[in-house]
Amino acid sequence: MLDEKYLKSEERIIFALRSLYSKYGYLPYKMSKFEEYDLYAKNKEFLVSDGVITFTDTNGKLLALKPDVTLSIIKNATEAKGVKQKVYYSENVYRVSGSTRQYKEIMQTGLECIGDIDLYDVCEVVSLSAKSLEAISKDYVIEISHMGILSAVLEKIGGSEGFFAEIAECIRKKSQHEIIECCEKYGVDKNGANLLCEFVTVYGAPSVVFEKLSALGLEDSLPAIKELKSLCALLDGKAQISLDFSIVNDMNYYNGIVFNGFIKGVCECVLFGGRYDKLLTKMGKSGGGVGFAIYTDLIAGINKESKGYDVDVLLIYKDETPYKKVEDAVEWLVSQGKSVSAQKSIPEKLRYKELKEMED
Amino acid sequence: MINVALPKGRLGEKVYNMFAQSGYDCPSILENNRKLIFENPQKGIRFFWVKPSDVSIYVERGAADIGVCGKDILLEYEPDVYELLDLNIGKCKMAVAAKKEFYDDNSSTLRVATKFANIASKHYASKCRDIDIIKLNGSIELAPILDLSDVIVDIVETGTTLKENNLEVKETIVPISARLIVNKASFKFKTEKIENIAAMLKAQVEAND
Repeated sequence: MLDEKYLKSEERIIFALRSLYSKYGYLPYKMSKFEEYDLYAKNKEFLVSDGVITFTDTNGKLLALKPDVTLSIIKNATEAKGVKQKVYYSENVYRVSGSTRQYKEIMQTGLECIGDIDLYDVCEVVSLSAKSLEAISKDYVIEISHMGILSAVLEKIGGSEGFFAEIAECIRKKSQHEIIECCEKYGVDKNGANLLCEFVTVYGAPSVVFEKLSALGLEDSLPAIKELKSLCALLDGKAQISLDFSIVNDMNYYNGIVFNGFIKGVCECVLFGGRYDKLLTKMGKSGGGVGFAIYTDLIAGINKESKGYDVDVLLIYKDETPYKKVEDAVEWLVSQGKSVSAQKSIPEKLRYKELKEMED
Repeated sequence: MINVALPKGRLGEKVYNMFAQSGYDCPSILENNRKLIFENPQKGIRFFWVKPSDVSIYVERGAADIGVCGKDILLEYEPDVYELLDLNIGKCKMAVAAKKEFYDDNSSTLRVATKFANIASKHYASKCRDIDIIKLNGSIELAPILDLSDVIVDIVETGTTLKENNLEVKETIVPISARLIVNKASFKFKTEKIENIAAMLKAQVEAND
């Protein structure tokens, strides 16, 4: 029997997410904590951080504690026309944390849709990302971008590979002064720099954003804009979305819609997602993939209510109290819906609502 | 309410004046007392002074929605924040300095004393130069004088301290100035207010140019 009041807020959230994903036909995917290191060495840039914890297995193979879940799912994905593999997971991954630069165990819950995917699947995944955050808090926002739009802008401007890598960082920071510096450094003309500066200020509600894009000369005929428009139309009124082109994922892996999720009261982005067909191609698979992951440990503090005590009743018995009597008393209290800790003396750190001392 | 982390010291005071001139003043900040937080509820703004190197931590972790810190701190700690504006104040440079007579002939590992281990490592890694980082927390200029290091990587403002100690700049790594940084999540939920503050500050920066 599940007594929800004893679930921690993150456990309640994971439970809600599992039931949500199951309803939409996503199947649970449980995997081992270890993976051959080779998989990550070949796709280093796909990983959020470079640090991977490795060790040698008994047979001499170099293994890694999983820094990422998506690569393992893709590796095992099956291919068939018209078919998609839809899975969800709740796993711990091991990474170097950005701010502390130390290894950290991070709890992720997410889903992947891999195979012969189309715009419906992208829409379903983005919509599920919104529903996931809504299950955690009503104050959320899913921020969407399309890698194809940035590619179109960069194509218009032109430049070297080195320029693309550096300018991506400036765009991520919405830093207009650095865009200008970077353009000067790589010999990109003023028009190009101005276009990029304008581009990073384009964010907000879809209707406003599409208007601004066309003012920048990015026409609706562009396939990426068409796709983003169709997605926004499908999600209209069903999810709290905004568009923001400062989400720049690695262009070697991501090719279409990319999105992030934020919850009011959590200082970091809690959800990362996107379409990564190029990663599948790199790994020798046909078709495409789209998915997202929620950092469940970041949301642990949300909706946390402090009861102010650890147990309802602290039951103190004596050395000479018959054990049967103690057992009966404990069972009776539990049957009344109370939590109880039976002790012979009061523990130093235990907080209790009520103290009961048993007589002999 | 917008929480602003200001760097303690002269730079922070300059920055506060820019906020005040933009209409986000908070008179209680000028009172001489030991309060840590200063609030102007009418303007919806709250300021607090923090150690300059801690500003990015307060902002990245959301304790402050916005903050002002030097580019040196951003390069060293690489926080995941928006960097909306170059305030064009607190200008200086990150540089390699050494004794005047020092010449790096690349023949041995270079001993580098610095507060900015990340910046120094990246700079020399880009040149494939083998270095030994000596992390210090202050009085960096002392290191080459006492032969603790060959060079130092540090902030140089006027160069007076270097000159007085027979040191000189050998190479500039990057120019530094104060930047307006914003927590990414705060920007999503307080967009209009933050945009307004950034626009007002930008207008002042452009007027001072």
